[in-house]
Amino acid sequence: MKIISARKIKDTVAELCVRANLILRKDVLKQLKRVCLAEKNKTAKDVLGAIIKNAQIARIEKLAICQDTGLPCVFVEIGQNVRVAGDIRQAVNQGVVLGYKKAYLRNSIIADPLKRAKSGYAPAVIHFDIVKGDKIKLTVFPKGFGCENKAQLKMFKPTAGIKEIKKFIIEVVKAAGPDACPPYIVGVGIGGTADYASLLAKKALLRRLDQRPKTKDHRLEVELLREINKLNIGPMGLGGKNTALAVNIETYPTHIAGLPVAVNISCHALRSASVII
Amino acid sequence: MIRLKIEVLKTGERIFLSGKIYTARDQAHKRLVETIRAGKKLPLDLRGKIIYYCGPTQTPKGKIIGSCGPTTSSRMDEFTAALLKAGLMGMIGKGSRSREVVAAIKKYKAAYFLTYAGCGALLSKYVMKRKPVAFQDLGPEAIYELEVKNFPLIVGIDASGRNIYGKE
Repeated sequence: MKIISARKIKDTVAELCVRANLILRKDVLKQLKRVCLAEKNKTAKDVLGAIIKNAQIARIEKLAICQDTGLPCVFVEIGQNVRVAGDIRQAVNQGVVLGYKKAYLRNSIIADPLKRAKSGYAPAVIHFDIVKGDKIKLTVFPKGFGCENKAQLKMFKPTAGIKEIKKFIIEVVKAAGPDACPPYIVGVGIGGTADYASLLAKKALLRRLDQRPKTKDHRLEVELLREINKLNIGPMGLGGKNTALAVNIETYPTHIAGLPVAVNISCHALRSASVII
Repeated sequence: MIRLKIEVLKTGERIFLSGKIYTARDQAHKRLVETIRAGKKLPLDLRGKIIYYCGPTQTPKGKIIGSCGPTTSSRMDEFTAALLKAGLMGMIGKGSRSREVVAAIKKYKAAYFLTYAGCGALLSKYVMKRKPVAFQDLGPEAIYELEVKNFPLIVGIDASGRNIYGKE
């Protein structure tokens, strides 16, 4: 049995909050640079250039990539041979507060969703998972709400065709339009239950944009990306062929009576950071 | 004189704004409109002013402001006509506006501007001064006066009601 202290978890989460919010993911930056280079539309190229410059300024000057430093989503994958000494949930939330304060990030969290009132830094939305091994993988994914607001779930009939599913995913992107900071990264969760499909859609955004899925869904991802990029929404919604940088799909077994499909859109500032301790 | 300038701007035109703008987003809008409806005095005279839909991060030590990009404008749609009626001259944000907002912009000869969305670090470089104005209890949603220099804008909806995103 390996023992990991709550303090270690707190400090690691704090560090990940800072890293995720200040340093744009390498794969995202790489894809932005690639599409910027190939872009012919003058306005779109200018906007993509500003997005890349923004990431550079954020990293060098230690400023948040975006003022919406998100609702911190924390994924904790705990090896079954690990024992945590202390309160793990408290450690994660304390880590979030520590990291957000240290990097002067935004206190965007409202304690009561109905009464609203004063905002703070925590709590995070935490997803715990038990996995094999004697390590803990921590992932911090600050999700901006301009794009989170555009997420949708649809419970299809099990007899629904791929055409209908594709149409729904494209409609969700269309509905987001120019509002949620395109070019987007489109996360899709197919299968499981209503809640699980939504979680899969979010988790899909954590997969590197240049990494193919292990399953046969990659063709669907490529086709969807091509169709989404025909919508002519473009960077800042001002047109062009770069409405999305990638479509990432995750699937899971489901029930004979259903076919849940969830879409979680990310703005171009897709931020996350992981570490294994 | 400023009003005259707003009227000559054309949708799609790129401009660089120097002067004072005021941050206000969801909760500040709600309060401003409630104040107007109650017939009370606003904490900020809106006449000839430009509102920036923005809630910055905390201000890092030694900096004027933290990351400060635009937030989604459509959430402010239901409050916008009332503020324009009170004399507001322009708004800066990101994304589309409702038909009602476009009509109100035309009616009151105002303008809606876009700025680089998701580029808060970059935009902070154009802010020269920051001063609290109202609703400090709202934290990141408080109203601040920002003095900006060459702040990059694109005219999204001009005083004639022409919309960069076409008809909704």
